[in-house]
Amino acid sequence: MNTHATTRIVGAPVPRKEGVDKLVGRACYVDDMEREGMWYGATVRSTIPRGLIRSIAFDRRIDWSQFTVVTAADIPGENIIQLIIADQPCLADGKVNHCEEPILLLAHPDKHKLREALGGVKIEYDPLPPVFTIEESERQDPIVWGADNLLKSFLLEKGDVDSAWSRAAHIVEGEYRTGAQEHLYIENQGVIAEYSAEDGVTVWGSLQCPYYVFKALRGVFDLPEDKVRVIQTETGGAFGGKEDYPSVLACHAALLAKKSGHPVKMVYDRMEDLAATTKRHPARVRHRTALDKDGKLLAMEIHLDTDGGAYATLSSTVLSRATLHSTGPYLCPSVRVRARSWATNLVPYGAFRGFGAPQAVFAMERHMDEIAAALGLDPVELRRRNFLHQGDTNATEQLMREPMFLDQLLDRALQESDYHAKRSQFARENARNPIKRGMGLAAFYHGSGFTGSGEVYLNSLAGVDVTPQGKVRVLVSNTEFGQGTNTVLTQIAAEALGIEYSDVIMAAPDTDMVPNSGPTVASRTSMVVGRLIERACLQLIALLCERAGLGAPHTREEFLAACARYRAAHGELSSLCRYEAPPGIYWDDQKYHGEAYGAYAWAVYVAQVAVDTVTYSAEVENFWAVQEVGRVLHPVLAAGQIEGGIAQGIGYALYEKVVLADGRMTNNQMTNYIMPTAEDVPPIHVYFEQIPFRHGGYGAKGIGELPHDGPAPAILNAIRDATGVSFTAIPLLPENLYAGLAAHQPVEEPALP
Amino acid sequence: MRGNAEMHELVAPGSLGAVLDLLAAEPGQWTPIAGGTELMVAFSAGRLNAAKLVSLWGIPDLRTIEVTPESVAIGAAATFLDLRKHAVVAAEFPLLAKAASWIGSIANQGRATLGGNLVNGSPAADSSPALLAYDAEIEIVSVRGRRKVPYSEFHLGYKRNVLAADELLYAIHLPRRFARHRQYLRKVGTRRAMAIAKVALGASALLQQGVIREIRLGAASLAPYPMRLKQTEAALLGQALTRETVLAARRALLSEVQPIDDIRSTAEYRRRVAVNLLEEFLLELRREGSRP
Amino acid sequence: MNANGEARTDALWPAIRFTVNGESRSVNVPPMKRLLDVLREDLHLTGTKEGCGEGECGSCSVRMNDELVNSCLVPVLQAEGAEIQTVEGLALDGELHPLQEAFLENGGAQCGICTPGMLMAAAQLLAHSPHPSEAEIREGLAGNLCRCTGFARIFESVAAAAVAAESEPAKEPVMEQTYHAR
Repeated sequence: MNTHATTRIVGAPVPRKEGVDKLVGRACYVDDMEREGMWYGATVRSTIPRGLIRSIAFDRRIDWSQFTVVTAADIPGENIIQLIIADQPCLADGKVNHCEEPILLLAHPDKHKLREALGGVKIEYDPLPPVFTIEESERQDPIVWGADNLLKSFLLEKGDVDSAWSRAAHIVEGEYRTGAQEHLYIENQGVIAEYSAEDGVTVWGSLQCPYYVFKALRGVFDLPEDKVRVIQTETGGAFGGKEDYPSVLACHAALLAKKSGHPVKMVYDRMEDLAATTKRHPARVRHRTALDKDGKLLAMEIHLDTDGGAYATLSSTVLSRATLHSTGPYLCPSVRVRARSWATNLVPYGAFRGFGAPQAVFAMERHMDEIAAALGLDPVELRRRNFLHQGDTNATEQLMREPMFLDQLLDRALQESDYHAKRSQFARENARNPIKRGMGLAAFYHGSGFTGSGEVYLNSLAGVDVTPQGKVRVLVSNTEFGQGTNTVLTQIAAEALGIEYSDVIMAAPDTDMVPNSGPTVASRTSMVVGRLIERACLQLIALLCERAGLGAPHTREEFLAACARYRAAHGELSSLCRYEAPPGIYWDDQKYHGEAYGAYAWAVYVAQVAVDTVTYSAEVENFWAVQEVGRVLHPVLAAGQIEGGIAQGIGYALYEKVVLADGRMTNNQMTNYIMPTAEDVPPIHVYFEQIPFRHGGYGAKGIGELPHDGPAPAILNAIRDATGVSFTAIPLLPENLYAGLAAHQPVEEPALP
Repeated sequence: MRGNAEMHELVAPGSLGAVLDLLAAEPGQWTPIAGGTELMVAFSAGRLNAAKLVSLWGIPDLRTIEVTPESVAIGAAATFLDLRKHAVVAAEFPLLAKAASWIGSIANQGRATLGGNLVNGSPAADSSPALLAYDAEIEIVSVRGRRKVPYSEFHLGYKRNVLAADELLYAIHLPRRFARHRQYLRKVGTRRAMAIAKVALGASALLQQGVIREIRLGAASLAPYPMRLKQTEAALLGQALTRETVLAARRALLSEVQPIDDIRSTAEYRRRVAVNLLEEFLLELRREGSRP
Repeated sequence: MNANGEARTDALWPAIRFTVNGESRSVNVPPMKRLLDVLREDLHLTGTKEGCGEGECGSCSVRMNDELVNSCLVPVLQAEGAEIQTVEGLALDGELHPLQEAFLENGGAQCGICTPGMLMAAAQLLAHSPHPSEAEIREGLAGNLCRCTGFARIFESVAAAAVAAESEPAKEPVMEQTYHAR
């Protein structure tokens, strides 16, 4: 496949495949659905962070015979949510390890009676001492998980770190912290479940990974494959928050459906969704860096620790990605990364766009500016001296085989943002202005797809078939949740087959109908699954040439006619392909050596920030994002991903804080979990460079998560530029800025000149 | 959604007289609801204790804005959009129009009412600092008649006010004598829109020959209810705007406010930003005061 | 619904009447029932969404008597006699509204859950400010949260719709009910 060939549909701004339905109010989200005889379900949750359940009592004034009540004892299969490590119970059995942990489930046809009944379940506990922070968990007393509180650890080593310190002209240390972050998809989590002896379990829901839910249901119900069915409904935002959590919710609703004999809908309200579902892992990252007299990196030692919450969920893979993104786009001969994920008695943390990279990149890119300050070097110059180039090896000794243009990305970002001129201008103006302005940048990458041998392990299967009506149908388990899956995969199929965009449809994301093409995560859909669709289409053409007289080249009409001929002669017409790893991939999962990712997208982001010294608020006034992403399959969708990710990154840096008290989220309402509004987001300028990646769908690399990695460090670097004060933790709220800028001044003294 | 509509009675008698009769017949039993932007949030959260509600929405007497040569009388059920659109309010009471523009979204502004904002009595109420700066007067009505209370005396404590069990807040009167006053209003929230005030300061001052002849300062989120900063005013009244005056005013403000730590912010931050806002206002005053 | 799963008798509640998208409707529901729930459950107009139940996210926005309201904050009794427009009433006779066209062309909708409310807010804005500045667009949409787009393409869509509406000739009604982009 020639990634440089001109294309008609790939690269064109075709209308979003399901766009009209969304615009006229016809798109069907799970709470828009009803099933006949449907009941509602609710969850009784732990009110303490850790302890034993002493007793469960049911208020006698309620007629419990009207309700279905489900406990762990009702679970037919294993009381475990299948994911990576088998540690998370579907329902707590005798003990709880976090606030909001589900203990029992109730169902009733009347929502109001159900709500009353929730208040009628009285649980008494024998509390145990809880652990709430990385530091408390590190003390390993008490032990709250496994033998040592460690959910996972990695050690990545390259070269010889220990001997570098004595040779170094400069040694710079820093500690950086990132907070939890909530996805805040505007559609809350929800599912509807049905159960019958003949069909088994069926679940409709707002979810990213039908086959993850499928696997979880099989485990909890001990059912064979043909007795479990999962269907994704139109999903109102996900960002990783609907990667693993829906498995929990689906099992709950299905258990109620089975026991009640009715379909059961469970849709969380905002307060429950915020308090009880997964969030981004908080992290603490410590850097110690050795440099020579010219500011070239000699060695990096990094201790990266995340808070995983009470159960492992995806902590190991988040830690993996954090580890592999912790050293930045820089050449460094010696590296040691010691990464650990710690269990605490908080609501389990899970997947969120970036998946460990935002935490790691924040630390690395803040640290680069601290190094620059310590060495008296310009932050731009420091980076230039250390960028990776084609032919270098990175921290896992992966050879950078593809062309690399970090210098050019940096040049473009500086030029578009007028970085140097603005920095000088602000430096002059800030002295006389209570508003201090600054410019900051971040250089980073995001690995596309699953790490190392992950894609081989996923063993994705995907393809196309042709319907009796002559439509080509894309068969994938990858889901649309706003990012453009439907549009991009149909573009690829139409392009590869030489037909029109409107000739191609998506098969319903229903495990009864589509193969397992892997989860919709890790920025893999366009690159990995897109490539599978491309191959399957080429395979289909080959089949039609061989068996249905299709010529080469062919017109659209000839293709459709060949399909009709084939179907008439042979019945079904389909073409599926399995993932094939690009040749020569080497990855050692124990030593963390080799090709960590098949492809990287590269970026340089620049933020312009204003800090108001009357209110200590920081705002992003302008933002420039330059990235190299392989191939832009759809200019509007791609830019939309970058803009949306940057807005979330701005929230991560300056607005979004999860406030905990005794292990409970206290700001679990939209009024006090603060995301930026339409009046808060700056103009965002997006620029794409394209170096098509041979093994990606039409040359595409992943872009979904990249944009969330860069904003926070760029913004805090800009704040450092604006104020001269270094801030190393996010979210950086005005109260924190105040602490760093003015708290040392006696409050009686005037602030303004 | 945690509220149960079947557990609440809601009536709309449609006239002021009928509402007052109801409040008099069963004092303390009926909660007036205007735009619902507070009560319905509580309802959805399952926290609405009021079993019986009487709707003020659509009662014309309560939503008028009447202009006389001496004052503007704003009906308690006038919405914030009504205030923004009213020519005299926008021209002569710009702080109130400004506050109206940042009270939630356009959708909230079209339903939230001035009376509701005051009766809800949040210490962070957006309209309060402006009303305090404008020496607003509250008109209260019941079957027993009418009475007026300076707004600065309306709140008695955290979410407690002077209304008797059968009384309704009827109108807010603003005296039309601030055309030559210097005015200032600033709200500090968590973001530019849809934010509850962490701290807000409203001010009106008359400067003559560089001396402060009149000063009113109203603050939000610095006490259990919106407050006039009387000690700070006393430190400024009759003074020229020297550095010493500014320092004295800062000290007075610090001594009379009682900010707290809560889910949105900290006492220390609020205290510091409050004095910064005061100083920002005083510096503006000094700059403008030096102009004819 | 009662405990046996039977529908509750509507006769308990007096009728409340209003028009939705030009059609007269009447419901017998508790007067405190949220307009949002009446639209979705009683009238089966599920285009309007619930995102927060607090009046913060705007995904429940509808237009009531030519004002934008968060329908999660309106007790249905207060909608008596009102004229209500929901997203289902934006397209006319099978033709997409200029806003819907513009959102489709400019990427104003990603996951789509905020879109109905966003369209209502934008429609309200353009009805009163046909040529809004960027600041006016931001203000008009400040009560509608979008987590997917970062708002950039929503601003562009509204600005594009404003321009398009300007140059639009008066439309003839079309009989077809399928929606199509022009």
